Formats: sequence, structure tokens, C-alpha cells
Amino acid sequence: MQQFLQQLINGLSLGSIYALIALGYTMVYGIIKLINFAHGDMYMIGAYIGYMGITVFHLPFFPALIFSMAFCAVLGMVIERIAYKPLRNATRIAALITAIGVSFFLEYTTMRFMGAEVKTFPAVLSDKSWIIYGLRINFQQIVIFATSIILMVLLQIIVRRTKIGRAMRAVSVDADAAKLMGVDVNATISFTFAIGSALAAAAGILVGVYYNSINPLMGMAPGLKAFVAAVFGGIGIIPGAMVGGFAIGLTETMVSGYASSLYKDAVVYVLLILILLLKPSGLLGKNKKEKV
Amino acid sequence: MNTTIFSRKNLLWTVFIVALFTLIEVLMMADIIGAYYKITLMLIGINVILAVGLNIIIGITGQFSLGHAGFMSVGAYSCAITIKMFPTWWGFGLGILIGLGITFVIALLVAIPTLRLKGDYLAIATLGVGEIIRIVILNMNITNKAAGLSSIPMLNSFPLLFGFATLSVILSANFKNSAVGRACIGIKEDEIAAEAMGINTTRYKTMAFVFGALLASVAGALYASTFYVIKPESFGFAKSIDILVIVVFGGMGSLTGSVVATLALGVISLLLQPFAELRMIIYAAALIAVMVLRPQGLMGNYEFSLPKLFQRKKRKGEGA
Repeated sequence: MQQFLQQLINGLSLGSIYALIALGYTMVYGIIKLINFAHGDMYMIGAYIGYMGITVFHLPFFPALIFSMAFCAVLGMVIERIAYKPLRNATRIAALITAIGVSFFLEYTTMRFMGAEVKTFPAVLSDKSWIIYGLRINFQQIVIFATSIILMVLLQIIVRRTKIGRAMRAVSVDADAAKLMGVDVNATISFTFAIGSALAAAAGILVGVYYNSINPLMGMAPGLKAFVAAVFGGIGIIPGAMVGGFAIGLTETMVSGYASSLYKDAVVYVLLILILLLKPSGLLGKNKKEKV
Repeated sequence: MNTTIFSRKNLLWTVFIVALFTLIEVLMMADIIGAYYKITLMLIGINVILAVGLNIIIGITGQFSLGHAGFMSVGAYSCAITIKMFPTWWGFGLGILIGLGITFVIALLVAIPTLRLKGDYLAIATLGVGEIIRIVILNMNITNKAAGLSSIPMLNSFPLLFGFATLSVILSANFKNSAVGRACIGIKEDEIAAEAMGINTTRYKTMAFVFGALLASVAGALYASTFYVIKPESFGFAKSIDILVIVVFGGMGSLTGSVVATLALGVISLLLQPFAELRMIIYAAALIAVMVLRPQGLMGNYEFSLPKLFQRKKRKGEGA
């Protein structure tokens, strides 16, 4: 039981990071139906910008977090304008290949300027830990969990309560109809990219703090996992991404805790395929009838 | 339409292929194509097999697969393990056959349930399958886990590879032009309409998927017997993406495009070799530029045809 609770705590902090990345995937998919493969790399860029903010500008943790989120939000909008906007009416696969191109571009540009080696992320948060009823809880885990929850609540408020949030929901349901109603579709899509990228940047810094190391290719595996999380919960559905992120994080820690960490990725993918076969639109997804 | 084996079209193509092969062999003998370029040529040959196979799945049938490298690894490991035990031509043939057999079973098992999914969901499911194959190989003893297999006998040679690549292109072209291929194109254009026309969509989708997977398996076997070492990470998600890039870059549905794109990307990466990281930056920028400017790929769905080329010339000559 104790081991179970311990794995639960570890799983929740890992899961909240996956959830933050998955939110970006799911929002972009919801609005322009693009699997943005470069999203995992946005998370890597976020970690690097945070690293620079802390080592070069000597920022404390929270200002560095906000600095990195702001930088990535702008970068996300720029990428959308240059690479994805011209392809809005092209086939989905052309857009997907472009996203892969952007992903390579971000990875190797970072490698060119920051070096390919692993960098040690400065310890900005104390690694104090408490033992409560025999369970070890780390200060970093609390910060990761709390930051993610605050960001998710903020996101929900933006999407549900603000004008731009309503525009986002309208565009994701029907872009043409939204345009007729006077919604600025391009601005809305830009904004979606900005928010998604900012969330990925936050996840990047949190991972940097948690694992103490960053490298230019760190975005690949978590990017793929977060994507699985988004599909798991129902891609395009914001609460689905949160549920999916936590589910994947928990599955991974439970499998490595009870079975073998070598098989944790395989279990995640088996779970993904089962979900897709049993409920293709994801856990929280609604089944749409096909129209001829 | 002339349907004999010795039709004008087939003869023209035979002459073209033999000429191409002789040209490359002569260049190799004259040492104009050195050992280093030869490796690139071998890689291009293997990639041609992979690309036409994936094009049958994605370009012709419209089923989006991101797990192609998984089938390649099945072929590579089956062949490597067999020829390490029997380092002879018989062993090589047996290895390829074992790879084909295992791939056939896996592809069929994967295809029947997952091909019910559509578009992006299918892509994700196949991605998952590819990753699962890689993780299973990573954890098996017979495949030597993460270290991979090394000192695999180098049984492959350029003429053999050229033969396999040519055969794959011919088989794929015949697949595309057969009744099965036309049914597959129908499924790509409009699945519901195809179904209404009485096409058993699941059956044809499965056929295309298994066909592509088998070609990938052969390519894997050739890869293993060319490069001396194989590791699980050589067949990861990144490799599937590489093949996908070739297919989309060349134009989905165009086998000519796949061959041309394999050559073009092979040459580009060779030319950029001295630039280290800059190479990947330029490659990525070029990829984005081509997709933004020409989203249908280099060739669109145009197919190169020798007889047509000659006819056009003749017509021009008559006009003058």
C-alpha cells in the first residue's frame, strides 16, 4: 500500500508534466486539425530559455518560468505564421511533414548554438523532502504539481470565461462559421499556438528542475508520450488532455514500480492501441457520425 | 493494349534498367564512384524499397502508417540472426524468408483491427505498433538487447541490391496498375463511395498494408547484411519519419516521385555531410520550404513513362 501511494505521488508529478505538454497538442489539433510534431521541441526550447534565464540573467525560479513562457509564446506564433499558415488549405499530411521539418529545425539549431552535450540545470529550488506517514514528498514535486494545476486552472478560465476563449471554441467547432460571425480566425489560431507553446515551456522548466539535466533532443520522447496522452483523453478536448496526461504518468510509474521499467513505454503504447480500438475518439471523446 | 511480356513498354524499360545498371557498374569499376559513394548508393537502394512500399500504403491506399521502421526491424533481425548461424547464400535466402513470414503474421495481426481506424488515429496506432516492436526487440535475448547484433556477414552486394530494388519498383507499379491497385486508389479517394461500389475496403486496405510491410522487411534484411551492425534504435520512430519524408517529398501516389526523392535526399545529405549540425538545419529548412511552396510533393501524382516519352518525341519530329 505504501509503495502504491509513493508511486502515486511520483506518477502525479510526472503526469502533470505530460498533461501540460498534451494541452498544447490538443488545443492545436482542436483548432486546425494538425498533429504538431514540433510541440515536444517547444518544450525543449522552454527548458533552454529557462536555463539561460537562470544562468545568464540570474533570475529566480518564477521570473525565469514567466520569461521562458513569454519567449515560447512569441516563438510559437512566429512558427505558426511562417510554417503552418501557408499550408492551412493543403493536405493534412503536408502540414504534418512541415511540423516534422520545424521539429528538426528547432532541435538542430539549439544543438548548433548550445552544443549537443547534456547541460546541468541549476538547482533553483531546494530539494528538501518531507516524510509523511512513511511517504517521501519532495519540495520540487509540490512545486511541479502546484504550478501545473495553477496553469491548468488559468487555461480553463481563459477558454471558458474570456472573449478570446469563446473565439477559440468557436473556431474549433467550425472555422468558416466563426469567420462569418466576425471572429478573427487568424488571430485566434495565433493565440492558440501562443498558449500551447507557453504551457510546453513551463513543462520544460519543470522537467529541468526535476531531472537536473537538459539536452537538445529531450523533447522527442516526452513529446511522443504527451501526444499519446492527448489521444488517450480524446484529442481536441482540453479536459481530456489533463486526464490523459495523468493517466499516462501514473501508468508509467506504476509499471516501472511493480514490473520492469524497460517495459513502461510498451505498456503505454499497448494501452493507447486498446483505447483507440475500443473508443477511437478517446476517453472523453464523442463519437461523430460520418456524413456522406 | 498490349499485354504480352515482350510488349514495347517492357522492352524499353528492360533496356533502360540494364543501361542504368551497366553505367553504375562501369563507374564503380573505373573508381569514379568510390567506396564512400558506394555506401550512399546502397543506402539509396534500400530506401527506394522502403519508400515504394510505404507509398503503396500511404500514397495509393491513403492509409497513414507511421510504423514502417518496425517492419523493417523485423526483417533486419530475422535475417541477421539467420545468417549469423548460416553465413551462406542459402542462409541469406532463408533469413529473408523467415523475416517475410514473421512480418506477414505481424502485419496481418496489426492490419485487421487497426485499419478500421481512420486518418490520424490510424497514424497513431501504427506509431504505437512500431514502438512496441522496437521495445520488444530491445528486451529480447536473441536480439542481444540494446547492444544490437554485430559482425553480421556482409552478404549483400550492389548488383543484388539493385535487383531487389528494381523488383520492388516493378512489383509496386504492377500492384498500382492492377485491379487491386485501382480498388486501393478508390479507397483513398473516397472510402464510402468505394464501399458503395462493392469494394471490400478492409480486404484491400489489408492487402496494401501487408504488401508494404513485406517490402520493408526485405529492405531490413538487405540493410542488416550491408551494414555489419544493427541496433534497435536504428529502427525507431525517427526512421519511420525518414521514410515518410521521402514519400511525401516525392509526391504521394507517385512511385516515380518516391524513387526521385530517395535519390535527391540521398545526394543532398551526402553533399551536406561536412557541415555537421548545420546539415540538419539546412535539411529541415529545405523540407519546410518544399512543403510550403509545393505541398503536393515534387512529382505530385505524375508517373514517368518511357513509351510516352518516345511517343512525344516522335510527335514533335513529325510536326517539324
